[in-house]
Amino acid sequence: MLIFIASCQTEHFDEHSILSIGSERLKLSGLRSGYWSNQLPTWLLWAAGAAIAVALLLPLFYLIIRAAEAGPAAWQNLWRINTLATLLRTIGLAAAVTLLSGAIAAPLAWLTVRTDVPWRGLWAILAPLPLVFPSYVGAYLLVSLFGPRGLLQQLLEPIWGVERLPEIYGFPGALLTMTLLSYPYMFTSMRAALLRQDPALEEAARSLGDGGVRTFWRVSLPLLRPAIGAGGLLVALYTLRDFGAVAIMRYDTFTRAIYIQYRSFDRSQAALLALLLVGITLLFVWVEARMRLRGRYVQGDTGAVRPQPILHLGWWRWPAFCFCAAVALFSLILPALVLVYWLVRGLLVHETIPALGQAIGHSVLASGLAAIVITLAALPVAILVVRHAGRLSNLLERLTYSAFALPGIVIALALVFFGANHAPWLYQTLPLLILAYGVLFLPQALGVVRASLLQINPSLMEAARSLGKNRWRVLWDITLPLLRPGLWGSLSLIFLTAMKELPATLLLAPIGFSTLATAVWSAVSEAFFAAAAAPALLIVLLSSLPMLFEIIREKGHERNSRPL
Amino acid sequence: MENNFVVQFVQRHPFIVKPQWRQHLQMAALLIIGTLLMAACAPIAATPAAGGADDDAAETGAVVVYSGRSENLVGPILDKFSQETGIDVQVRYGGTAEMAATLLEEGTNSPADIFFAQDPGGLGAVDNAGLLAPLPESIANKVLSEFRSPNGAWVGVSGRARVVVYNTTALMPADLPNDIADFTDPQWAGRIGWAPTNASFQAMVTAMRAMWGEEQTRDWLLGIQANEPVVFEGNSPIVAAVGAGEIDAGFVNHYYLYRFLAEEGEGFPARNHFLNSGGPGSLVMVAGVGRLATGPNEANALKLIEYLVSTAAQQYFVTETSEYPVIEGVAIPENLPALAELNAAPIRLTELADLQGTTQLLIDTGVLP
Repeated sequence: MLIFIASCQTEHFDEHSILSIGSERLKLSGLRSGYWSNQLPTWLLWAAGAAIAVALLLPLFYLIIRAAEAGPAAWQNLWRINTLATLLRTIGLAAAVTLLSGAIAAPLAWLTVRTDVPWRGLWAILAPLPLVFPSYVGAYLLVSLFGPRGLLQQLLEPIWGVERLPEIYGFPGALLTMTLLSYPYMFTSMRAALLRQDPALEEAARSLGDGGVRTFWRVSLPLLRPAIGAGGLLVALYTLRDFGAVAIMRYDTFTRAIYIQYRSFDRSQAALLALLLVGITLLFVWVEARMRLRGRYVQGDTGAVRPQPILHLGWWRWPAFCFCAAVALFSLILPALVLVYWLVRGLLVHETIPALGQAIGHSVLASGLAAIVITLAALPVAILVVRHAGRLSNLLERLTYSAFALPGIVIALALVFFGANHAPWLYQTLPLLILAYGVLFLPQALGVVRASLLQINPSLMEAARSLGKNRWRVLWDITLPLLRPGLWGSLSLIFLTAMKELPATLLLAPIGFSTLATAVWSAVSEAFFAAAAAPALLIVLLSSLPMLFEIIREKGHERNSRPL
Repeated sequence: MENNFVVQFVQRHPFIVKPQWRQHLQMAALLIIGTLLMAACAPIAATPAAGGADDDAAETGAVVVYSGRSENLVGPILDKFSQETGIDVQVRYGGTAEMAATLLEEGTNSPADIFFAQDPGGLGAVDNAGLLAPLPESIANKVLSEFRSPNGAWVGVSGRARVVVYNTTALMPADLPNDIADFTDPQWAGRIGWAPTNASFQAMVTAMRAMWGEEQTRDWLLGIQANEPVVFEGNSPIVAAVGAGEIDAGFVNHYYLYRFLAEEGEGFPARNHFLNSGGPGSLVMVAGVGRLATGPNEANALKLIEYLVSTAAQQYFVTETSEYPVIEGVAIPENLPALAELNAAPIRLTELADLQGTTQLLIDTGVLP
């Protein structure tokens, strides 16, 4: 506590002062300076990091091999005005989507954690769910709702005689769709950070005379910075990577250019374009790293959760309620209702709905495994990045993101290439599919885990060690419980996204391994909307289960810790 | 201070330093779930391809198919083949381009026996890489010569015609031109839809380049561009948009309409207009199959291909997917014009091979990014 009062008293409150005082204290503590060694042997961390790095390098190797085959014409195409224009359009869209997502996610996260907005538990459950819509399905749903002659227009026509709604295609449609589908990345990371934020910091600022607004700008917001950065990066890269939604919204992005090359079987041209995309990704990652500065974001003395004081909104509850409801309505409820409408309409004309029992089992198995494996893999990387900051761990972190903006088809083909030709025993098996999910989704897990790791004060572990616990017990009894919101967040996020993943599932799953996502895709691609609606609804329902569990656990935790 | 801190921590949070049984229980539950999942995945991991495609394939003779056509369309007929012959068929479904790219990456190490493609472009790309084995003449010759590759590497399985789908409240059949070239007329400004990334559309553009030459094709593309066509990602959304009255007409393949009619009823206000001028707009193409030279089950794979071009299977495609038969002697339903009436473009399917040239032209004219 003292430390933070001290740092707040300094004229320029920033993370550096915390850092300097923190390390001062480390020296005093008399323990070894590599303080994470109190928990996991460093060599083990680096070994895990190296293995993960190798897996992450596979797509890059593949792209370089293919790009090396490119002729001069392909290189020329790379520098055409068209290519550059597409590039700028893509970056513009990614930036706009990130800003708008932040504008939705920040108030939503804050309202559900810190205020008494009505039904806040419900909003917390619903807010991350739009992520479960495969982007092309989401876009399709939005078009059928708000298209020039969509359901909304059909509703309005008898009342006001509206014959056509304004076009939603192009930039506005792409912005709307991508924002509604990807703001949950920012919401989940910001919510996790808010839940773990020690109210003592804001109280300290207030006790020193700062008003509410000033406290927000000087304490609350800077403390949220890693979460905003991590979530924002995911949103930006998700936009870069997306193919389905932008295609339906008729907004040409770079990923579309890559797909077009694959469709004409020009793999070397596609590889060149994909490498350019990797370059942009690294630029985004660099921007995010600058945002985080070199700050440390450890909690105050306890690092444990004290129940957050709930702000009573009073009359403002109702506008806040409307905001939450509007977000849920447009991003989740209306699209889900369209799915129900398709299903009912199909059932009425006796369209056959395929049996989905097997697909459900496959989806839960693959996404569940992916969630566990990827979260476990993110842990050592997050520890290295947070506690062993240095050139090597920075490199590892950037590598994680390098593949994230690549379209799924690129990752899938890279693993097809290596699997079929160099690891036939692994090819088209579940472990290889999980590996592909890992390459695709590791940054999501890393962002969430890292953000919550940043808030744990390492001195807690030192204390436990000094009390005679061995490093595994410290990990088990202290680190993991403190990390739990982050770990759960990561598990449910990966579960969600793996469940809807398509290109890698199609190419790399064991043969005949149909999932809910492949069932949706195969029905939509042939315009069997009723057959698509049933598995799509199941994806929405199943993916919300871990989220539901997390919220219930959180409530229980709140109750348990209240008497303290 | 250090001591003070520790004491405070222990006092405030006894449950963290001294974990209660509940926390243990939760962790244990997690571990058990994880172990169960691992166990569940073990059999699949041990024998690749659920049910054991790769290793067992050589023994049981299961045929491995990479299908660019969707399960809804070809699953039933493949199941029927299995039932009738007792030969196991294992299918990987995906897009035709993605499946072709996969085969190209796998090279000679592919576990696949058969590539079932939506369009000749995908088959051509795999054939150009030398991955397809020539089919025996006894099978290839069953198929009409215009629907198979001249080198015998692949055969068509079902035919599809390029058509213009139009909204019946906005247009009468008489309002529509009978050559695709006439859609550059300014009267069509803002009224048409197309799907330039679609393989069938690109095949039509390739046919234009072959029949009209590069310059005239470029002019046509620029002429359509000047009419500000609405761009779609595939054929189904075009048919949907025409039905909804968003656009008046669109360039598609003929069979999508029949699915909408089945789902939405005969009142769905869209119909097909077959362009019968014999130009590239009257192109008739195929979905087809080829056998991978490295496929481990040659005998059974050939049996499957033979079955797909048999009368029974052809009848399936005609009635269930509203496509054209590729062999003689199969009747077509009344709502489809006879193949002979179509006045199909006089072009060989092999002339549609230069997909990269077409993509380049589409990029150069600004149709594609």
